[in-house]
Amino acid sequence: MATVTTEAAGTPVTDVEHEQSFLRKYVFSTDHKVIGVQFLITSLLFLLFGGLLALLIRWQIAAPGEPIPLIGGLFPEAMAPSGIMLPEFYNSLVTMHGTFMVFFAIMPLLVGVFANFLIPLQIGARDMAFPRLNMASFWLAFAAGLIMLAGFLVEGGAAGAGWTSYAPLSANPEYTGVSLGQQLWCVSLVVLGLSSIAGSVNYITTVINNRAEGMTWFRLPLSVWSLFITAILALLALPILSGAVIMLLFDQTLGTQFFLQSGGGQPLLWQHLFWFFGHPEVYILILPAMGIASEVIANGSRKPIFGYKSMVFAMVAISFLGFIVWGHHMFQSGMNPTLGTSFMISTLVIAVPSAIKTFNWMGTMWRGNIQLRTSNLFGIGFVMLFVIGGLSGIYMASTPVDVYIHDTYYIVAHIHYVLFGGSLFAIFAGIYYWFPKMFGRMMSETVGKIHFALTFVFFNLAFLPMHEVGLGGMMRRIYDASNYQYLQDMQGLNEFISWSALGLFLVGLIFAGNFIYGMLWGEEAEANPWNANTLEWQTPSPAKHGNWVTLPTVYHGAYEYSHPEVSDKDWLAQNERPEVVTPYEGEPEGAGSTDVAPAGAG
Amino acid sequence: MDWTLPPNLAAGRMAIDETYYIILVLTAIAFVLVEAGILWFMFRYRNREADYVHGNNTAEIIWTAIPAIAMVWLGIHSGGIWSEIKGDSAPDDAFELGVTARQFEWMITYPGADSELGTADDFTLRNDVRIPVDRAVSVKLHTEDVIHSFFLPFMRVKQDAVPGMTTRTWFEAAETGDFQLACAELCGLGHYRMSASVAVLPADSFSTWYQTRAKEAAAEADSSFWTETPPNTPETVSGLPDDYGTAESGGEGSGEHQ
Ligand SMILES: [Cu+2]
Ligand SMILES: [Cu+2]
Repeated sequence: MATVTTEAAGTPVTDVEHEQSFLRKYVFSTDHKVIGVQFLITSLLFLLFGGLLALLIRWQIAAPGEPIPLIGGLFPEAMAPSGIMLPEFYNSLVTMHGTFMVFFAIMPLLVGVFANFLIPLQIGARDMAFPRLNMASFWLAFAAGLIMLAGFLVEGGAAGAGWTSYAPLSANPEYTGVSLGQQLWCVSLVVLGLSSIAGSVNYITTVINNRAEGMTWFRLPLSVWSLFITAILALLALPILSGAVIMLLFDQTLGTQFFLQSGGGQPLLWQHLFWFFGHPEVYILILPAMGIASEVIANGSRKPIFGYKSMVFAMVAISFLGFIVWGHHMFQSGMNPTLGTSFMISTLVIAVPSAIKTFNWMGTMWRGNIQLRTSNLFGIGFVMLFVIGGLSGIYMASTPVDVYIHDTYYIVAHIHYVLFGGSLFAIFAGIYYWFPKMFGRMMSETVGKIHFALTFVFFNLAFLPMHEVGLGGMMRRIYDASNYQYLQDMQGLNEFISWSALGLFLVGLIFAGNFIYGMLWGEEAEANPWNANTLEWQTPSPAKHGNWVTLPTVYHGAYEYSHPEVSDKDWLAQNERPEVVTPYEGEPEGAGSTDVAPAGAG
Repeated sequence: MDWTLPPNLAAGRMAIDETYYIILVLTAIAFVLVEAGILWFMFRYRNREADYVHGNNTAEIIWTAIPAIAMVWLGIHSGGIWSEIKGDSAPDDAFELGVTARQFEWMITYPGADSELGTADDFTLRNDVRIPVDRAVSVKLHTEDVIHSFFLPFMRVKQDAVPGMTTRTWFEAAETGDFQLACAELCGLGHYRMSASVAVLPADSFSTWYQTRAKEAAAEADSSFWTETPPNTPETVSGLPDDYGTAESGGEGSGEHQ
């Protein structure tokens, strides 16, 4: 196998490209870039699957009790006899849509893909600190995904207690009729937790130990900062989920009563544990998106990121506050009103660092030279839609308003503005931006722009009206709303949302086409097609095994765009010689001088 | 897009709607500023030489302080309303209802002639809530199985029923009419049809109905809800619609989960 060690800077590595078997190179690879691409392809497939589940859900909402068109006949009796969906199957769909999107699509797309691909390249390292642990992390995640999928194949169907799996509904199979599926849900998440912990340890260690010479903390690209903070969040939060899920599994199988009131257990304990993990999880799902957006917007505005340190401190603040807001999911659970008020205040305060970040992105665009390339369009789209998701969060943070909108479609609209409009838009931005580095080829910019425009339109058509449905009082996870008189006149809107969701799904296929075409037949990419400063662009596209012939030395921050002393171009790579320019006053010590302070020992 | 809330028919719950509209105004301002700003920058700052600027501390302070003040103010404002809604503040003369949720129905226990819950003359109706207008109703919530949530959209009431806990909520209907009680928390395959009828009656017709019913109940005082399974009274309203081919044992009450 590749034994590329981290020689001292300047020592050329001769055998970066020596022979590897196919299995070693593409399947059981320890190369962080290959692992990143493995995560990318599997998570995109799970994203597609999650989207299909969403379409089935939307069919049932738009046409309750009518046979599913085209594929209705394919479902077994236990799911949809003669194509008509059963309520228990609907509950499984709702549960698995949430589970797959959160745990197997968005989270690995952000963390698995970008932490793996970007961290070593952007900090100037040859690989992760623990490459084999990294490989284990991918294969554990992959196994967890298969275990989760298996839920659909076992007797009783897939888990059906919601992606939040509230006890005691989830704890006792008598309540749902699902027993094996519910257990597989637990086992899968325990395995995924192991993957995530292994990954996090690796990312944290790598960022602390393996930064190139001169890569001080405040020269790190914001993408690395965001992934570093995310890894810390994941390391602290995922074990809580694992523990809770193991307890739930014991309740289901061994007769323990942690969450079952009948044996002296406490159903609300599950909610506390789940959301103590779950709210930091929300930030695990948004911080890397913020990091990606910062990269593409600064690059796409040809301007230094506005308020670099504010951006870093805002992320630190978000992740700290993220651990003390979990009770906002439980306002209606009968908690003491004073406790509710304190959770409300912490939740409202978390809006402040999000606002700071938004204004700084705007500040970055302000007086820039904005390039409307696909990555930047998705980056700007991310800001525009994340703002809506952030603002709608204020409504449910306010406890009195939450009384009304809690557990309604307003919440569903909110979470999709955050996770689709926010996270997924940033993921698309990241894929368009780093695709050349990953595959050595370009995706089509024209098709990319069409993909962006249609996604933006259909996304808003699907999810903006959902706020209205929620304000009308429609509950979440309702198999058939026709039982409620007051929901009747919302049916037209629900049908409209379903059509828009179908449109959104089909637009996703444009992306799939562009991705596959680009990978196989796309135009060959230059090393630095976006004229970017960060280190990964100073290697060939695609980057070779071991990343660098000579380890880079870093002289500047990541955002020295349009520097007035650089005459022939509007960018300045982080590893370009310092005598070109005088450092800007906010630079950390050692900046711009030839005797660069070495960063944390390698 | 309609951003207004549906009619609020509860007395003393207007503060929820008012807070909603305050937030609507605040967020609308932020929304317009940010989105218009972004669109303007996208249009204005093209094909030019970008400025070389790393940030501005005054700007940072301003856009930290303004949202911070707004959020803290909103928190304090909301907190006051919240403790009024969820605190133990039901008026003393409130009409008391016992509500027990179970998969997938609401058992409503009325206090009977002595106006006190938990006595022998209580009577219980299935999926049938009848309450007087203009009088506070205090609800004592229980559940026999999983978590359910007591949701009266037009009264702006939502409260979870949690196994092993008694949760309480109260409200006062300001208008007569027929409404629906919904379950807002996923509670199993019948969650979608776990509704009850809610009749808000004028004071006189409510007391006529209530006294007749209470007298009957007193006569058969041994059928108390608190000791036995509830009786299937003639008033029992079946809220069950067609189910789409689910395998259910047709029994009232328990037996829906196999
Ligand atoms: Cu939360
Ligand atoms: Cu329910």
